[in-house]
Amino acid sequence: MLLSIKDLRFHYPGDSKMVLDIPQWSVKAGEQVFLHGPSGVGKSTFLKLLAGLLVPSGGSITMLEQPLQSLRSGQRDKWRARHIGFVFQQFNLVPYLSGRDNIHLAAHFGGKGDVDTAATTLLASLGLDEKLRRKPAAELSIGQQQRVAIARALINQPELLIVDEPTSALDAKNCDLFMALLREQLAESSTALVFVSHDLSLANDMSRVESLEDINQAGRGS
Amino acid sequence: MFLRLALASLHSRKGSVLLTFLAITVSVFVLLGVEQIRQQAKSSFNNTVSGIDLIVGARTGDINLLLYSVFRLGHASNNISWQSYQHIAADPNVAWTIPIALGDSHNGYRVMGTTVDYFNYFRFGQNRPLVLAEGMPFSQRYELVLGSEVARSLGYQIGDELVLAHGLGNASFSQHKGKPFRVAGILRTTGTPVDQTLHVSLDAIEAIHSGWQNGVKMPSSAHGHGEEDLTPESITAFMVGLKSKLAIFRLQRQINTYDNEALQAILPGVTLSQLWQMMSTMENTLRLIAALVLLASLLGLAAMLLASIKERQGEIVVMRAIGAPPLFVFALIQTEALLISLGSIIAANLLLVLCIKVVGNALAERYSLYIDSHLLTPQLAFYMAVIMIGTVLVSVIPGISAYRKALQ
Repeated sequence: MLLSIKDLRFHYPGDSKMVLDIPQWSVKAGEQVFLHGPSGVGKSTFLKLLAGLLVPSGGSITMLEQPLQSLRSGQRDKWRARHIGFVFQQFNLVPYLSGRDNIHLAAHFGGKGDVDTAATTLLASLGLDEKLRRKPAAELSIGQQQRVAIARALINQPELLIVDEPTSALDAKNCDLFMALLREQLAESSTALVFVSHDLSLANDMSRVESLEDINQAGRGS
Repeated sequence: MFLRLALASLHSRKGSVLLTFLAITVSVFVLLGVEQIRQQAKSSFNNTVSGIDLIVGARTGDINLLLYSVFRLGHASNNISWQSYQHIAADPNVAWTIPIALGDSHNGYRVMGTTVDYFNYFRFGQNRPLVLAEGMPFSQRYELVLGSEVARSLGYQIGDELVLAHGLGNASFSQHKGKPFRVAGILRTTGTPVDQTLHVSLDAIEAIHSGWQNGVKMPSSAHGHGEEDLTPESITAFMVGLKSKLAIFRLQRQINTYDNEALQAILPGVTLSQLWQMMSTMENTLRLIAALVLLASLLGLAAMLLASIKERQGEIVVMRAIGAPPLFVFALIQTEALLISLGSIIAANLLLVLCIKVVGNALAERYSLYIDSHLLTPQLAFYMAVIMIGTVLVSVIPGISAYRKALQ
């Protein structure tokens, strides 16, 4: 099992209202999980917990047999850099760095040495030519930025890729292109995917489709 | 990678970064410039005399004696009799003496009667002797040696003739017209009051005043008393060099308690420091102003960075997502601040060197103030270190703001 959650509970400090209460949930290696649900059910909070950006109030999140909550904050940052890739809705890149340098920065935190060749190959396979790779990220179109974001998220060959509403800022054409490229990249790797979106039409070909409302018991009358 | 990130970040905000950089550069320039001028002025002041153990004059204040004997400022309250001078000069501890007779002038520059020993024994700066740029010391009665500024500003050259005036005014009515002097030598620039002095022999001072009484020329007197006895009755002051420094305080006490005449001996170095102390308020005020200007611009730097944190929220989230610890974000802000300050320090130093090169000659010529363009003195290095530490301290504010954003 790549990732397993047991009795996960979370509430924000200073607020007793439970945001998440998940008795059991897991992701297998290479599995592609589509997670949907209306806004406000705690999707972002859930992803932050998976990434180690937040610490559970109770229960455990174990990834690659490592309980994340027992890592110190600095160790969690390193863990995230090495094992988890992230693609957000937008603003995925450091705006003043070129696409290439954004990838190098991620590799730097992931403790990878020379990733120049890997980065070039990855960017080329995502349809970004040399000229685009050298442009500051802020000067790229949103579609191009999201493609660089895939490369950035995959450069450290993470075991888990977390994708949060990646297409909501894209038009239909760019959305299709993004999904195609994402599938193509994942087909070549054993990286597991947790894909969060409210748009169920994107769930095609995913190995599992789940609603966060179903797995989260917080807020249910008890 | 880290440095590249910081540089790219600064580059992406060129406008505000450039303005902040300029503000800090100007204030560092002011601070270092004030400090450099202060140090050089102080050292050139303290270097006005050296190698002289005692200065002896009629009893007056320490500083007054120093002012008229060394700086040619103000007046002697009284003269010293030639006998007293001879008596002290004959002391077995005394190696040499330089008599000084003041009271005449030429176009506002003071005339000093002395002996050739002046050119042999007088020292300034780090024990530097007087050097003639041209000509020779005076050997004839009506010859004189000019300080460099006198020669430059009045345009005199070797062999020129000039007339001394009685008294110290710029336009004196009583001139020693019958006795013109010939320029025998011109001294090299020293950066001390020597540059503004005309040097003649004691004999000459006596000779031009023969036939004068109470500062007024007697109409009956004849000119050119070649054969008369020109031993002066009195001199204004004299400088003393001793065979052994150990005798300084004993001789000073002897002179101060001399029975036949009210005399006073001062240690020039000690009195120079006392005089400089009197100016320390102004000195400290200048430094305070420079420091406040610097503080203001460093706070401007902090404000600029703090304002940028808000627009950098997205970037901070990205860095955290790819594994940057919050401390990395804090360090990035600090590094950006330090890069701006470092750039400003370098630019301010270059600007200062350039300014000294450009206006240095004018300062030296007009004010005899020599500014060294060598800036890496321990004092200035200390100031630069303080600027860097100050930068770290003020950028803690935007740094913490970024850190807290990174934790959210």
